[in-house]
Amino acid sequence: MGGGQTAASSGHESNIDVAALTRRRLLAGAGRLSLGLIVPGGLLIAWVIAALLGRLPEQILPPPWVVLDTISQSIQDGTLLSNTVTSLRRVAEGFGAGALAGLVFGTAIGLSKIARDLVDPLFLALSQVPTLGWLPIVVLFVGIDEGLKIIVIGWSAFIPVVLNTCQGVRDVPQTYMELGRVLLFSRWSKLTTIVMPSAVPSIFTGLREGIANSWQTLVAVELIASFEGLGYLMAYGRQLFQLELVLSAMIAVGLVGLLIHGLLALVETRLQRWRPEISR
Amino acid sequence: MSLITIATREPLSSSSSLSPLPLSPVARYLRPLAIPASLLVLWELLARFGVADPRFLPALEQVAARGVAEFNHGGLGSNLLASLERDLIGFVFGAGAGVALGLVIGFSRLVQRLLGPLLLVHRQIALFAWVPLISLWFGGGETGKVVFIALAAFQPTLINTWQGVDSIPRHYRELADVLIFGWRDFVWVIAIPGALPQIFTGLHAGLIYAWTATVGAELLLNIAPGLGGRMNEGQHLFQMDLLLMCIFLLGGVGVVFNIVAGTLERLLMRWRMP
Repeated sequence: MGGGQTAASSGHESNIDVAALTRRRLLAGAGRLSLGLIVPGGLLIAWVIAALLGRLPEQILPPPWVVLDTISQSIQDGTLLSNTVTSLRRVAEGFGAGALAGLVFGTAIGLSKIARDLVDPLFLALSQVPTLGWLPIVVLFVGIDEGLKIIVIGWSAFIPVVLNTCQGVRDVPQTYMELGRVLLFSRWSKLTTIVMPSAVPSIFTGLREGIANSWQTLVAVELIASFEGLGYLMAYGRQLFQLELVLSAMIAVGLVGLLIHGLLALVETRLQRWRPEISR
Repeated sequence: MSLITIATREPLSSSSSLSPLPLSPVARYLRPLAIPASLLVLWELLARFGVADPRFLPALEQVAARGVAEFNHGGLGSNLLASLERDLIGFVFGAGAGVALGLVIGFSRLVQRLLGPLLLVHRQIALFAWVPLISLWFGGGETGKVVFIALAAFQPTLINTWQGVDSIPRHYRELADVLIFGWRDFVWVIAIPGALPQIFTGLHAGLIYAWTATVGAELLLNIAPGLGGRMNEGQHLFQMDLLLMCIFLLGGVGVVFNIVAGTLERLLMRWRMP
């Protein structure tokens, strides 16, 4: 709503005083930002005061400076970084494998109605089982090493990628396909020049869901069966009742989540810039 | 951010834009069964003729027999009920809070600005990352599990309710202004009916999330009666038949939830557009 208003007013006053307008907009933005900081800031202050007064048992919430201390310490001795890298590597491997398989499989069943009919019920049935439910079985098959993480993370990425890729490939506008037929495109060039580009937004939705799932699954798997990684760090902190360690790892998890989110948004706008109806 | 994918949006094979080949009705009904049926036959053959290690691939009748035995006197039925109860209690609390807060945020620009950044950050923290904190705050028993399940249901319902209210067309709001609607009339006549479909999407997602979280909580927190507890047992005792039975039940509950939510959604849409 706010965007609509600024767009209308900027069209109106484009030739008036741009500097004043920018200043006003900046002020409004700053106002909005500071409003958003009231609640987190208030909570933080309450935390500090409660800790200073000694009203907060350390098992419930350690003082903020202790948490900060733990964070800076675990950054300095490298544990936070090395565990984050381990987690990221697992996500990259699991997501990469799951997404690649999902793209191929999704395209295949998107293109062929027969394949879709054949695979659909089985796939839907399997995808109804919560990913973590497979964990005990996979553990029996492959043990609790890296293989377990890759398989479970990969499976959690595979499902949304397949569903969305299939949908995107299947729903290519009929007119595009007719154009391809008129131009006597080969099967391959139909796939690469018509089907794939038109399925990009849908595929991207799938990849985004897939990577979000991967990150979620990673944390869960590391909590259950792992000896390094951010999830392990949290489980370890929980066992030792070291809440500051748990909180530091949670902050790292949140930051990585934010980073992934931001990167995806960036790539997505890049990829879709050529679409006239979306770029503005 | 989504933990699981709601697979029911529509069956993948609902439209056939690429190959409009007519099929005989028999083939149409048999084809979807072809792969599952042949996999089951293959499984049975492998198990029957001792090709596969029976510890890893128990014969089908063994899984079925284990299921029957468990339901009769192994307490699998009560385990299933315990999981469902936990799941639904958590869902009711989490989804209720999610819808309520979503409505407030959707209506009040001030609250939206106040809480928006906090919620954005909250969304980025993977759901399972809350488990250690919750277990330290609420214990690993029943309370901790229900709190975690509620948190899982809370996120999608909140976001969808908020978006639903936000997506009410501007001219509806203007119409309400012109008609000098009171605040209450606006909520009941315009806002809630307008946002309902999206609220329902949120509730549907919340239901599925809560089920995932139930499994996760039972595997991660203290062992208690429930499907997750039985899966732990199956893993430690290497009882593949029990594990497969549990998988079957987990999937079955997911299917039932999806069907119920989908039916409610369809009924709702019919009510909105007679």
